[in-house]
Amino acid sequence: MSTYRQHVSNGLWESNIALVQLLGLCPVMAVTTTATNGLGMGIATMAVLILSNLLVSSLRHVIPAQVRVPVMIALIAGTVTLVDMAMNAWMHELYKVLGLFIALIVTNCAVLGRTEAFAMKHGPLASVLDGVGMGLGFTWALVVLGGVREMMGSGTLFTQASALLGEHFRWLELQLFDPDHGVLLAILPPGGFIVLGIMIALKRMIDERLAARNRQPAAPLAAIPS
Amino acid sequence: MSAMNEAVAPASPSRLSLWRDRVDFQGIVLGVICTIVTLLLLIGARMTADTIALRVAEDRLANLNQVLPASLYDNSPISDALEVTDTRFSATPIQVYPARLHGEFTAAAFQVTTSGYGGPMTLMLALDAEGTVLGVRVLSHRETPGLADKIEIGRSRWIESFNGLSLGNTATPRWAVKKDGGQFDQFTGATITPRAVVKGVHEGLQFFERQRNNIRGAPSAQIAGE
Repeated sequence: MSTYRQHVSNGLWESNIALVQLLGLCPVMAVTTTATNGLGMGIATMAVLILSNLLVSSLRHVIPAQVRVPVMIALIAGTVTLVDMAMNAWMHELYKVLGLFIALIVTNCAVLGRTEAFAMKHGPLASVLDGVGMGLGFTWALVVLGGVREMMGSGTLFTQASALLGEHFRWLELQLFDPDHGVLLAILPPGGFIVLGIMIALKRMIDERLAARNRQPAAPLAAIPS
Repeated sequence: MSAMNEAVAPASPSRLSLWRDRVDFQGIVLGVICTIVTLLLLIGARMTADTIALRVAEDRLANLNQVLPASLYDNSPISDALEVTDTRFSATPIQVYPARLHGEFTAAAFQVTTSGYGGPMTLMLALDAEGTVLGVRVLSHRETPGLADKIEIGRSRWIESFNGLSLGNTATPRWAVKKDGGQFDQFTGATITPRAVVKGVHEGLQFFERQRNNIRGAPSAQIAGE
């Protein structure tokens, strides 16, 4: 089952959506002003990735290549909208925190990218695992990005985590220093690009170290047809 | 790539692959999937509409309770809401929630829209019968996080600096941030946001002053249904 493990780890590191594929930069930059927001966006995106991968993969023999893009968009937009309405009605407190992110997921080309590049060519189980891996990889990248921006900009970490995860997680909320001494740039959009750039550079450095240690070339990055 | 190990479609893959190249089959697949998604969305919208409306009404009541002390009314301000048209204040009719105690008009709350740095901001403003501010809250805004979000009660007590003010005890030139010669604090690096809130509250007070008789003694015919 090493290929299934490969499907998961691929999204976590080698083809990480935010750090390697650089897909979905619009929601990435817009919401990662705090680690909590990054976590919320990551979880919501993972749910949509898994559902849309499963749907498209199950229907992949029926969907003709010529009309696959409108079919996938209809499936993704329909899923997101249904989840959005259901959460608004039955999980309203969570919706008030996550509501913003759910609408933004439709603009995330990573979801369409995964259905096109993976789910159209693999079975449902592999596609669900790919959704899990890609979703987890996206989530950790967003949490780190949001955490760094939040720490530099407002001197806090995981503010309002209790609103997203419940009262048990209030201990996560840290006040590191007085917000008036924060680096404002980190919270503004340019700061997001700078921090993301540093994260990508760090990832490449780690990859090079690993490759040098293994004395074999690094695995080629998965190219996503655009 | 192969579909050998999965029986997804009832027809054999070879016949399906022949069909997939036919334009009529492609059209039918696209049409059927779009129809199914549309039907699901219609059903979902219908199932959730009532619950969502209920949640929105609860939110509105919670917002109202933040600015309107419960000791001031024994009626239901939301079901007694009336629409007041004042083109100098807003192009669209304003929903005013009147508070009455033993049938006597005690206070009114209404929403004020003002434009901030990042776009429109919605405030909830409550005034007593004399036109003195009981409370102001920011319901929604798109200001810079970490910089201008001190207008939120969860982050700073700044918004409480309006309490107890009225057109009578505060002259027009005082309704401005300190930078503009007024009496309200601006934030480090953010002047436009507090300026917009001050302007919104001031305009709300003037609106109440002009429409006081309409709001106070609203005949029941004017009461808009919820």
